[in-house]
Amino acid sequence: MAAPCFFSRLWRAALALLALGSLAASQIEDQAKQFFRSGHTNNWAVLVCTSRFWFNYRHVANTLSVYRSVKRLGIPDSHIVLMLADDMACNARNPKPATVFSHKNMELNVYGDDVEVDYRSYEVTVENFLRVLTGRIPPSTPRSKRLLSDDRSNILIYMTGHGGNGFLKFQDSEEITNIELADAFEQMWQKRRYNELLFIIDTCQGASMYERFYSPNIMALASSQVGEDSLSFQVCPKSLCVSTPGHRTDLFQRDPKHVLITDFFGSVRKVEITTETLSLQRDSQITESSYKEDRMDEELMEPLKYAEQLPVAQIIHQALLAEVWTLPSAPCGMLGSRSWPATFTETEAEGLAPPWGLHSRPVGPYHHGFLQDLWNQAHEVHFLDSRVREGRVEDCSLG
Amino acid sequence: MAAVGAAATHLDVVRGKRAALFFAAVAILLGLPLWWKTTETYRAPLPYSQISALNALQLRLMVPVTVVFTRDSIPLDDQEKLPFTVVHEREIPLKYKMKIKCRFQKAYRRALDHEEEALSSGSVHEAEAMLAELKEQAEGSLTVYVISEYSSLLPQDMMSYIGPERTAVVRGIMHREAFNIIGRRIIQIAQAMSLTEDVLAAALADHLPEDKWSSDKRRPLKSSLGYEITFSLLNPDPKSHDVHWDIEGAVQHYVWPFLNALSAAGNFSVDSQILYYAMLGVNPRFDPTSFSYYLPMHSLPHVINPVESRLGSSAASLYPVLNFLLYVPELAHSPLYIQDMDGAPVATNAFHSPRWGGIMVYNIDPKAYNASELPVRVEVDMVQVMEVFLAQLRLLFGIAQPQVPPKCLLSGPKNEGLMTWELDQLLWARSVENLATATTTLTSLAQLLGKISNIVIKDDVASEVYRAVAAVQKAAEELASGHLSSAFVASQEAVTSSERAFFDPSLLHLLYFPDDQKFAIYIPLFLPMAVPILLSLVKIFLEMHKSWRKPEKID
Repeated sequence: MAAPCFFSRLWRAALALLALGSLAASQIEDQAKQFFRSGHTNNWAVLVCTSRFWFNYRHVANTLSVYRSVKRLGIPDSHIVLMLADDMACNARNPKPATVFSHKNMELNVYGDDVEVDYRSYEVTVENFLRVLTGRIPPSTPRSKRLLSDDRSNILIYMTGHGGNGFLKFQDSEEITNIELADAFEQMWQKRRYNELLFIIDTCQGASMYERFYSPNIMALASSQVGEDSLSFQVCPKSLCVSTPGHRTDLFQRDPKHVLITDFFGSVRKVEITTETLSLQRDSQITESSYKEDRMDEELMEPLKYAEQLPVAQIIHQALLAEVWTLPSAPCGMLGSRSWPATFTETEAEGLAPPWGLHSRPVGPYHHGFLQDLWNQAHEVHFLDSRVREGRVEDCSLG
Repeated sequence: MAAVGAAATHLDVVRGKRAALFFAAVAILLGLPLWWKTTETYRAPLPYSQISALNALQLRLMVPVTVVFTRDSIPLDDQEKLPFTVVHEREIPLKYKMKIKCRFQKAYRRALDHEEEALSSGSVHEAEAMLAELKEQAEGSLTVYVISEYSSLLPQDMMSYIGPERTAVVRGIMHREAFNIIGRRIIQIAQAMSLTEDVLAAALADHLPEDKWSSDKRRPLKSSLGYEITFSLLNPDPKSHDVHWDIEGAVQHYVWPFLNALSAAGNFSVDSQILYYAMLGVNPRFDPTSFSYYLPMHSLPHVINPVESRLGSSAASLYPVLNFLLYVPELAHSPLYIQDMDGAPVATNAFHSPRWGGIMVYNIDPKAYNASELPVRVEVDMVQVMEVFLAQLRLLFGIAQPQVPPKCLLSGPKNEGLMTWELDQLLWARSVENLATATTTLTSLAQLLGKISNIVIKDDVASEVYRAVAAVQKAAEELASGHLSSAFVASQEAVTSSERAFFDPSLLHLLYFPDDQKFAIYIPLFLPMAVPILLSLVKIFLEMHKSWRKPEKID
């Protein structure tokens, strides 16, 4: 009597386990679909360098390094608002014009050929910065100068310059305080202009800037604590120069351990396969008439000859090197002293084709001058990658 | 002499005291309030109470349904009771602060002669053609015709039919409870054609607190006044393929009819371009079994970003841009197929990204390479391409496949690709979304003004806010009375006004003044003035205190 009961119970337990197992499998599958995890559909970056003058070269270099990283990982220029307070590349004191290097070994030119600076020189002011963040921009502003984020945008905000306890100096003449910044973020939050925000501040006493935040979904990183200067480990060893990075994650709703760097630094679209089509009626009239027009065009035009194209494919298709996936070390301790966690290399690296791959070794001395001009004309080559080249003064006078 | 001198000084002292008191009085009673008033941030009065009332607004969405009964559809004694009106109201269970009620107002009536004639014709399409000539239906309203149970208008096993215009046909029943049974069927049909919970959930997806991760709800574009649609042809290999596409004809014949049908939802502008040497950012892989190249599904998201910078979409307009790309793969990578998750090639060879647009890969017929030398002339089959692009456009707008009730025949799509009641559904969803957005914007503005004391509200901003509040109230009224088109227009006005008020550049007029800086500014102004006054007041008070004590001592 007991046996059938026992077996039926066992059977039920087995079924329950199976159901649980399949549920777990589908759950794992859901987790594996990391696309939809953070709930964002697009990425924006606001990169601000607030100092001018030649002796603040490093700030411009830092900002451009972040710009290059963010662009390599997929955020297009239309979604990056780059504010540089001074022009270092074409500064009269630059021994290598049209270049900005991120390390004293002058290996990586972060300026390159395709920098798109949205706010330059004296346009980098506290007011403009706050207008960009809050969206209260005069209607005549072009689209490239706007932060057109929505409630599903993850925004990366990187600021560098000279700072103090509770403020950041803009262009030697004005300051933005941490309360102002917190209020600006609150205005962004009220209008749902961001899904999640990563705020990185790379200045002296940077941790004071994020003390006053009170809006949700903000994660903040700073390169130095209150009372410390933010110093570069390139220049000064760790034993002498104390610069401790700080962070603030209490306002962030997800567990930081599960946050991918590419949630903020890269931009991966959510994509769906189109499975349906409409059925349209074929209209025979139009095809005939268009065919006739084309025939006429053809007779008028001369036959085209195609010149030998550059062996771009051979140059571009080089193997991705794993060691290359480190951020160019920026001369302000925080970024250079860490290597990115493992999740970074696994996620989106495989799908990226080599044009967007990273080369840290110089491509060769023949890649400047004549080839440069040709490449500028052939629009298909967007060398986001930087390589060593001798800058020419003519590059600067074009601007 | 001494007495006169003493009297004179006494008079001077008294005058001095009076002067000091007068100064103090002017400074405190007149000066302080004047200073306070003139250094206030200017805030024009706003209707705060009305704005907070908007949050508790109850939205009632009314769908007027006209139900027409033919002669043999219901028992005779039920027919005697016509005409009358039945109302079916249901609250939509969404976790949203505004309560939304869906109200179907069914007006039952008998069929007129010409309607009887039309409904006894051979097929549904003929019947519809005859009925459609006769009257124009208002947006948002529906007409349901009830035919006899055994009528041959519909196929035998089908109980109902949903037409492309705002009409439907339902079988009647000869039963005591005819009205109830038919009423339920009609509600099912009417819901499929107008408002279901899913439609509203998709519209309010951005405002609902939970569940960010359902893909269906995140597809539609946000409501906007206009849209810019760009068709781009990407030819990475002009040396091998001389691609021609008749985009103008295709846009004229297929796209504009669709957009004109959607014109109530916004202004559309269409442009097109051809990009040469534009490659995908991803290397396709070779599949030796089928001698073709394929793009695996997980690499599709990386295709869009490298290409997007070259599309020039930011220069087009300030409206949201939808990009549709047609990629003709290069000779070295032909034919190119897109694989879905299971590894099977996708039939349409296309994919789309929510709120961005779609990409289709167009493979060239290998027979074209046989005869001629390179470059091969390619005429793109625009019908095949437009079928996919218009389907993607529908998905991007959130026009989903309708949920038809069981045993219901759905009519084939119209020429334009959009059924009229699908447009109505879109307008309902957009109206609700607009109202939600406008309410959120106004509420956030009110909250911000409470939290941050430095925001200036000028008079024109205040008038925009008033206009927005009035428009929200008007839209709610129009929705409750079933006038969909005017409700939609009012909701759009509400959104525009509220966004204009919130994003007005003048709100940032006064940047932050911390309190300690305020002290630093005002102390050098007030201190030199205040110190003599205060000291003289103190002196006067001490003297008065002494003179009170003296008489006490004497007495």
